[in-house]
Amino acid sequence: MLLEVKNLSTEFKLKRGIVKAVDDISFTIDKGEILAIVGESGSGKSVTSLSIMGLLQKPGRIASGEILYKSQDLNKLSQKEMQKLRGNQISMIFQEPMTSLNPVWRIKDQIMESIMTHMKLSKKEALKRTIEMLDIVGIPSAAQRANDYPHQMSGGMRQRVMTAMALACEPELLIADEPTTALDVTIQAQILELLFRMREKFNMAVLLITHDLGVVSEAADRVIVMYCGKIVEEADVRSLFAHPLHPYTVGLLQSIPQIDDDCDTRLYMIKGMVPNPLNMPPGCSFSDRCDHSMERCTKEMPELQEIDGHKVRCFLYEEAKEGGLDRK
Amino acid sequence: MLKYIIKRILMLIPVLIGVSIIVFLIMRVFSPDPAPIVLGQHATLQAVAAWRQANGLNDPIPLQYVHYLQGALTGNLGMSYYTKTPVVKEIFSRFPATIELACVSIVLASVFGILIGVISAVKKNTIFDNSGMFLALIGVSMPIFWLGILLIILFSGTLHWLPSNGRINPLLEPSHVTGFYLVDSLISGNLDSFVDAVRHLILPSCALAMYSMAIITRMTRSSMLDTLQQDFIRTARAKGVSEGKVIRKHALRNGLIPIITVIGLQLGSLLGGAVLTETVFSWPGIGAYTVTCILNSDFPVVQGVVLLVAAIFVFMNLIVDVIYAFLDPRIKYSKKEV
Amino acid sequence: METKHSSYSDEGLLQAAEYVEKPESQLKLMWETLRQNKAAVVGLIIIGLLVLIALAVWLSELMGKQILPYDPNFSDMSKGFIWPNAEHWFGTDQLGRDVFSRILDGTKISLSVGVAAVAISLSVGVVLGATAGYRGGKTDAAIMRLMDMMLAIPSILLAIAFMAALGKGLDKAIIAIGLVSIPEYARIVRGSILSVKENDYVHAAKIIGNKTSRIIYKHILPNVISVIVVRATLGISSAVLDTAALGFLGLGVQPPFAEWGDMLGRARGFIFSAPYTLIFPGIAITITVLAFNLLGDGLRDALDPKSRIK
Repeated sequence: MLLEVKNLSTEFKLKRGIVKAVDDISFTIDKGEILAIVGESGSGKSVTSLSIMGLLQKPGRIASGEILYKSQDLNKLSQKEMQKLRGNQISMIFQEPMTSLNPVWRIKDQIMESIMTHMKLSKKEALKRTIEMLDIVGIPSAAQRANDYPHQMSGGMRQRVMTAMALACEPELLIADEPTTALDVTIQAQILELLFRMREKFNMAVLLITHDLGVVSEAADRVIVMYCGKIVEEADVRSLFAHPLHPYTVGLLQSIPQIDDDCDTRLYMIKGMVPNPLNMPPGCSFSDRCDHSMERCTKEMPELQEIDGHKVRCFLYEEAKEGGLDRK
Repeated sequence: MLKYIIKRILMLIPVLIGVSIIVFLIMRVFSPDPAPIVLGQHATLQAVAAWRQANGLNDPIPLQYVHYLQGALTGNLGMSYYTKTPVVKEIFSRFPATIELACVSIVLASVFGILIGVISAVKKNTIFDNSGMFLALIGVSMPIFWLGILLIILFSGTLHWLPSNGRINPLLEPSHVTGFYLVDSLISGNLDSFVDAVRHLILPSCALAMYSMAIITRMTRSSMLDTLQQDFIRTARAKGVSEGKVIRKHALRNGLIPIITVIGLQLGSLLGGAVLTETVFSWPGIGAYTVTCILNSDFPVVQGVVLLVAAIFVFMNLIVDVIYAFLDPRIKYSKKEV
Repeated sequence: METKHSSYSDEGLLQAAEYVEKPESQLKLMWETLRQNKAAVVGLIIIGLLVLIALAVWLSELMGKQILPYDPNFSDMSKGFIWPNAEHWFGTDQLGRDVFSRILDGTKISLSVGVAAVAISLSVGVVLGATAGYRGGKTDAAIMRLMDMMLAIPSILLAIAFMAALGKGLDKAIIAIGLVSIPEYARIVRGSILSVKENDYVHAAKIIGNKTSRIIYKHILPNVISVIVVRATLGISSAVLDTAALGFLGLGVQPPFAEWGDMLGRARGFIFSAPYTLIFPGIAITITVLAFNLLGDGLRDALDPKSRIK
């Protein structure tokens, strides 16, 4: 077990109240495993990744819980100690390759900075390694392009550069926060393929954060579904797609248009809206949008139950050992 | 890059011509007839007519302008109505004093402005930040000439630490090489001279620098705060770079670029403010001189000064733009796209 | 163009938190934000006080009554250079006039010149900018070149040059200061129009069939007004400073009117003997300018959508 998140809660202290972005979540990632966290905007998935990295800015803070990386609680480390881990053992790549690179530094300098911060290499050796990394991620004419500035590259290439930068020190865990969202589909496929290669080569674990179920089905080993800061379902990828349990997951899967749908089939949408985080309704947060909600759902919050390795947070499964909802 | 510079220089020319036209229009066309001023109220009509003829004031305006422009390009800006000496001579004899004052002021304003601005941004909402911003606000609201007066009252009047007027004790004036006392005194190895020049410079440069420093502080803080919110700062932190390095190497390098432009603009403000400061401190520069000339309706001088200062300002802004382009690779290498 | 990562958190999260209030209008939200800014409120109060003083003095003059402690223009040489005391709170100046009364009297001039000058800059600037932005092409180029040239000359110098040409006097000072700031407003308005003109939603509106004037009203105007209001407020503060500067140099108001800059200019000779004649007018100027700066800053923050998420 590489990373174990235990009862993590992260909150934001706003003038209007406290927003619990992440509410008591727990999960683990093993070495070499690709875990995907799926959810819509506001579900708390990005905040989770920032919490793990210790990159939360005010007014956000970790309220409670443990983040055990190789049995060490990251939450208890000082900034200096965290800095030793970041970019070194735990790396992160972000959503917007356009703006996530420093516009006035050359690509090579940005990657070399990562290398020289954590590895004891001379400048020459660092440069050599930089060019190697750029090659590995698939940048053509790596040696020349290393001298470029970010604005001289396309979005897909910048994302590769980010990846090269994140992997330069051979981290054990890579957190990828919506790495393909800002890119078009063909590039998306290339970046995912790149991640696979990296995982093969370095036996690296990946925490993949996304809202795109297509990406999940292609890339992930296991999936966690988050809604309003809580985990509502967790399973291996096959099981999730074959037998989704939580009504929210079912809704999400139904929303994906099928290639064999009729032309005039209406796109399915989960009814209702995400509740206001400052004013969460009592009981299950999904209850007002759920087709199967019972009276109990509006009063109590269901616990996370495990059924044959498949976890779900829903009263529908309180007594049941098996079963799910049929996909229409 | 070179193309950019050349393009900008070429764009300068019409602006300069335009400026000269504006100045000319203001001073020749909209101004009252200079003849009675120069010749006195009781001058005879004949004398007036003769004087106007001799000075080309009967020519059609466009022609007058052309003559003026020709003169300006060859270094002849006309004659002072009062001292009957060439305007150019009057201006350039007083120029070094103003330049020296302006240079010291801009350096003070920039160095302290940027320093305080950066620290305020990094330590946002702490006592340092709040008091810094408060002082900056006061600095922007205070009239320069009043600040000068207050400084004199305090440091010259009450404490007797610093002199209140002039550039230097006449006995200590260094031998003339550049006209800049700080430079000349060092060249001739005259330390007493240097110290005295510095003592005379302190109060006026502080007064002059205050307004610009306040503006630079505010803009720096604002730019740094903006920069620190950028995605690439988050990336740098994610790489495990120490916070100090993040600020120094990533944030500053980006956040200070727009400040260059601000400093350039402040030069204009300084040149204007020099007029007031020189008046308060009896500093023998062109600022104070211009005021005297205005009060005496000595138009050729005023015209010459405004034209010259505008030209300098335009030129300095060109330099600022070039530096900006140099520092920001997005402009420097904008032609080389994927 | 850089995107900002709002506080490094789930953007959706904070956006959702914003659901709580749906204000009636943009103005109301603006006012709310402004009210919370204590500094801006202080500025507003000070301005209110100044306006009250100016109006009171002006009205009482009109009616022939004297509400000031002493006649600001009445000179009694026997009472020259009295240091501040119970009778003359700010002392008397070189001509035996009560400084306190003169300062209160000067409020009228400073405020009216400030507002008048900005009014001139605004009206001319907006018209020029709107014409340039809307017509585009050669008109645009010509107007903007002219604006660039005006901006090439440092503003105080330009004002001084105007004054040299126009002569001394309050009305000339207003025109000079007003003329100098025209390019700023022209640029703002033109910029706003240009940026909106090319926006997709304007194109969409046109396609749907909205008339040009309606487009301007609904889309361009709200944007422009807020920026202009901020600029104008800050413009008043710099106009007050410029007026004082011209007055100090002897180019502005002519005697016997009380104007703060002029008071400072004439008292220069007494800097060591009677410093109070110089201190109080300066404080008056600073407070006035400060008030408008506080208000202007507050307005700017209130109009900035980012700072509303608290």
